[in-house]
Amino acid sequence: MFLNKITIAGAFMVLGSTAMAGCGISSGNVKILSNDFPAIQSVTAGASACAGDGVTVEANLTKDHKDIMVAALTANPAQYTSVIASNSTLVTLMNDGLVRPLDALVAKHGAGLNPSQMITVDGKIMAVAFGANAQHLFSRSDILKKAGVTSIPSTYEDVLVAAKAIKSAGLMDYPVALNTKAGWNLGEEFVNMYMGTGADFFKPGTAQVAVNNDHGVATLNMLKSLVAYSNPDYLTYDSNATQAEWEAGNLALATMWGTRGGAVLDDEGSTKAVSSNTVLTGAPTWGNNARPASTLWWDGISISANISDADAEATFVAMMNGISSDVIKANNSDTVWLGAGYTPSAASAGVSATAADGAAPYPMLPFMGALHGALGAEISDFLQGNESAEQALADVEAAYTAAATEKGFLK
Amino acid sequence: MKNRTFFWFILPSLVTMILFIALPIGSVFIQSLHIEHDAVFKEVKNCGPFGCKLEIQVDVEASAQLKEDRPLGKFNGFGTYNNRNHLAASELAQAWADSPNWKIFLSKTYNLPFYRALAFTLTYTFVVTPMVLLLGFCIALGVNSLPKQFKGPTIFVSLLPMIVTPLIGSLILFWMIDAEGILGSTLQWLFEDPNLSLKASPKLTWIMLIIYGIWHSAPFAFIVFYAGLQTVPTDTIEAAMIDGASRWERTRYVVLPHLVPLIVFISLIQLMDNFRVFEPIVGFSAQASATSLSWIIFNDLAGGEGTFFGSAGATSVLTILGVALLLIPVLLRTWRDFKGKVV
Repeated sequence: MFLNKITIAGAFMVLGSTAMAGCGISSGNVKILSNDFPAIQSVTAGASACAGDGVTVEANLTKDHKDIMVAALTANPAQYTSVIASNSTLVTLMNDGLVRPLDALVAKHGAGLNPSQMITVDGKIMAVAFGANAQHLFSRSDILKKAGVTSIPSTYEDVLVAAKAIKSAGLMDYPVALNTKAGWNLGEEFVNMYMGTGADFFKPGTAQVAVNNDHGVATLNMLKSLVAYSNPDYLTYDSNATQAEWEAGNLALATMWGTRGGAVLDDEGSTKAVSSNTVLTGAPTWGNNARPASTLWWDGISISANISDADAEATFVAMMNGISSDVIKANNSDTVWLGAGYTPSAASAGVSATAADGAAPYPMLPFMGALHGALGAEISDFLQGNESAEQALADVEAAYTAAATEKGFLK
Repeated sequence: MKNRTFFWFILPSLVTMILFIALPIGSVFIQSLHIEHDAVFKEVKNCGPFGCKLEIQVDVEASAQLKEDRPLGKFNGFGTYNNRNHLAASELAQAWADSPNWKIFLSKTYNLPFYRALAFTLTYTFVVTPMVLLLGFCIALGVNSLPKQFKGPTIFVSLLPMIVTPLIGSLILFWMIDAEGILGSTLQWLFEDPNLSLKASPKLTWIMLIIYGIWHSAPFAFIVFYAGLQTVPTDTIEAAMIDGASRWERTRYVVLPHLVPLIVFISLIQLMDNFRVFEPIVGFSAQASATSLSWIIFNDLAGGEGTFFGSAGATSVLTILGVALLLIPVLLRTWRDFKGKVV
């Protein structure tokens, strides 16, 4: 990871100074704002190859991109010409009209793209997706075998049975982990699990929340049963922590992001015993439902509304270079690439299986963010045993209603 | 000083204070009275790599003109202050009506995010402030009686906790108290409890945050008291010694009265600082067990998807009011001392 960053930083410095504009653009400013993980590092490095005579390419890769993107793109001219968005951040940007339709640019420069990469909203292309991500199951086949579990669990009920077997065999005290850090991560775990019930989060066609029901209670109870097999510190576990615990060999069953697959399976940061016995499978189902308890996410390119058309075009061309099949081939294991040139690998098996099993995408609803925030803040009380599931869900609904009213989604 | 001279003398700081304190607070207050305009929805077809779905989106054009005309948003008066995520008057009234006794009422109140944060903020403030005063004073007395050649290094080492950036300090401790960290595993060994985790239980988390707060702020009190100790008149001390006062009596009746203005000063600063407790909550990832008013503001501005400026503004104004309330007793005392000196 660290070496990767150094390489990219080095690449920026070199490319910034030498002229090698081989992308067919002769002028323009390209400024990219995005999250920070390996696939995005590869994309921005690819886009930087367009820097040269009259073309500048800068990238700001930060975990906190969500906090600055709205302010940065509201400015006119916008501070970034492109945001690498996902299901949820694209909605936030579109709520304020900060990204532009890409139909003309795709028609002109997007010849090599797959039709499935287009994120269209109301018939207009608003983003071009390049990667897919989802949380799914990571298992340690050697530990399962020792505990007498013959197959990789495909439901969360099986996960609980396997966890119990591992614990009672004395192999591990806390075999299970999810990204349950209070806040966004915990909210995401609820969303994933609730998705597995097939129920809706809102009354159809409205912003009225509807999670305080049997599905919601069952979801909370399932989460509580799972964290009973997690380290007591689970409310501080984010994806960096779960990955570290996994690589340290402290876990046997974990629900983690697909983008961690490459890092877990490689020979850095862990022992051979852990990485060679790690199996990536699709997200489990539960409660006799067919839909996997996970949400599908895409990462894609959006272009700011408040910039000149020339910069928008230069940015689009540079980003197309960043997701070209050459970049994909060179960084095949970074993510599940959606463009041409991708060969499915072991690291992406979990995400592919989750998608193939019929998991639903994370809802692109304007008010989903407000509900996600309320979930992340309110359900930890239930998991800690301080209140009933019904009370926790009532709190979630009340917190959401106050937040959504402030946002103008509810009257 | 003539009024005119005084005016010109104070003008630069007055202008700076208006520009950098009064105006921002005013703007935060105005923002807190507004919420966003009613969103106009439209149902659209969203397509992507995982198929198509009919979903609701915000119709940006429909409210563009309204946003242009009134960029602050919709006037909501004190609605945000009173909603469930802040003062929650109607929820409190409901809880009062539903509760057969105080205990249940308090637990229902504690379930509301603002009061939960207030509970930790006040506990933290009122435990950390006196402990910092006490510990700082003890360290100052101790260092003051050291032989001269040890004083410099001891002062330097004692100041270290304050030199470390709060966020970094709490992150370092966060990993040290981890079950596999040096402090965490030592505690497990001491208490012979392999499941002991400081991060898991709300009570232990509170204690940990409070201890961290004392550890971090004690050097400040120490250095102020230590400076004060250098000004204790030696003749008074010697006179007390001749009168046969013990060390304790000298400290109690000579040193302490001499340091009262410093105690007031440190209390003032510490009350303000501790009421704004924030970094350790982030550093210790403690938000599931402990939140503070400042943490709520941070969470509204940078917690997840989208920002809640009205909410953050309301909590900020309430925090300012809280600090003002806390400081009134201390300020009154300063004012009385001041009047006493003039008359």
